[in-house]
Amino acid sequence: MGKDEFVFLLVGLKWTVVLSAVGFVCGCLGGLAVALARTSDIKVLNKATAAYIGVFQGTPLLMQLFVVYYGLALVGFKIDAWIAVAIGLTLHASAYLGEIWRGSIEAVPRGQTEAAKALSLKYASRMRDVILPQALRISLPATIGFLVQLIKGTSLASIVGFTELTRAGNMISNQIFQPLTVFAIVGLLYFLMCCPLTIFGAHLERRFAASTR
Amino acid sequence: MNYQLDFTPVIDGLPNLLLGCLGTFLLAVCGMLLAIVIGIGGVILRTSKIKAARWAMIGFVELIRNTPFLVQIFFLYFALPLAGLRLDPTPTAIIALGINGGAYAIEIIRGGVQSISKGQIEAGLALGLHRAQVFRFIVLKPALRAIFPSLTSQFVLLTLSTSIASAISAYELTSVSQRIESESFRSFEVYFTVTAFYLVISWLMMRLFGLFSSRYFAYPVK
Repeated sequence: MGKDEFVFLLVGLKWTVVLSAVGFVCGCLGGLAVALARTSDIKVLNKATAAYIGVFQGTPLLMQLFVVYYGLALVGFKIDAWIAVAIGLTLHASAYLGEIWRGSIEAVPRGQTEAAKALSLKYASRMRDVILPQALRISLPATIGFLVQLIKGTSLASIVGFTELTRAGNMISNQIFQPLTVFAIVGLLYFLMCCPLTIFGAHLERRFAASTR
Repeated sequence: MNYQLDFTPVIDGLPNLLLGCLGTFLLAVCGMLLAIVIGIGGVILRTSKIKAARWAMIGFVELIRNTPFLVQIFFLYFALPLAGLRLDPTPTAIIALGINGGAYAIEIIRGGVQSISKGQIEAGLALGLHRAQVFRFIVLKPALRAIFPSLTSQFVLLTLSTSIASAISAYELTSVSQRIESESFRSFEVYFTVTAFYLVISWLMMRLFGLFSSRYFAYPVK
């Protein structure tokens, strides 16, 4: 494998990073909305988000990407493949992050909410100043774990036909007939992205476990 | 927008899709069994006294957990023939699923084994239980009970990731639906229906696991 091929892989890597970043940032916003709706007292919101989470956690990411990709085209949106994939990843991430954060919002001791209410804090302030900062801390290891999951998930964009790292690897391996070398390098590139995050997540988890003991 | 939804190709392909569901189910079950075997073997190595074995297992787990399943399955698809194993796509997919699920299972099972404190085992022996009874009632069952939720949710994830095996055209639901899609061009209708099928499959699996757990682990803890 020559220099040109490696540069081609790096261009693919760039798109993997872009997809992961867009999916994660938009998924965080969506996930926050889902988590708040899921923990709210409004029954309709509660049920709707529960169903949303159930559907996205009960179906393969690949199918979600397919349905979004073809569904958007069908409604008449003419958009690039990468935007369709980014939307699919965002919806996927919103469901998973929403469920993770629901758990951590509920893990904040009940007394915190009661104390905030006793201090006559409104819902917005109660959430922003009291509950969410504590929930964020609890959720951090799982959130980072999901980010790793999401980075790996972007590889499925290759099946939809978008040229990110895995598809770039596929194309190179078809060209130079060295699939093992190519996929080993592709795997290594993913590993270099994900492993630091995994180690960081495990580190946070240990620190959190030590501080609550 | 003047597109008419047309589900006839889906209805015509229903027998094939149901066979595909069966393929997915088979792939998932075989993958799980292999994952359990690899998981248990891995835990034995991971907790052994041999340093090299421990480090090899740590490396294996991290390598698998930090790379996409799609890349793993491609790698295996090309690597197995070089190693002298010429397999069809479906067995290759089962091996890939087993290796991937096994890496996650190692971490989960290890957590369960470590959750049994030594004092429990000693207490059991002091009460006059046989070693086999101690293993069965004090080590195995509580450990299984402790890891059951995380192990089964990992298995549901494994079932969902069987769809990725379509990339090497293993026989399962996604590859069947891709064939129907490429003949009818009714992409949205086909994938929408298949997504619903997956939802039913994973829901059924969770129900089965739930039933099992309420049947076998329904004893009070304290």
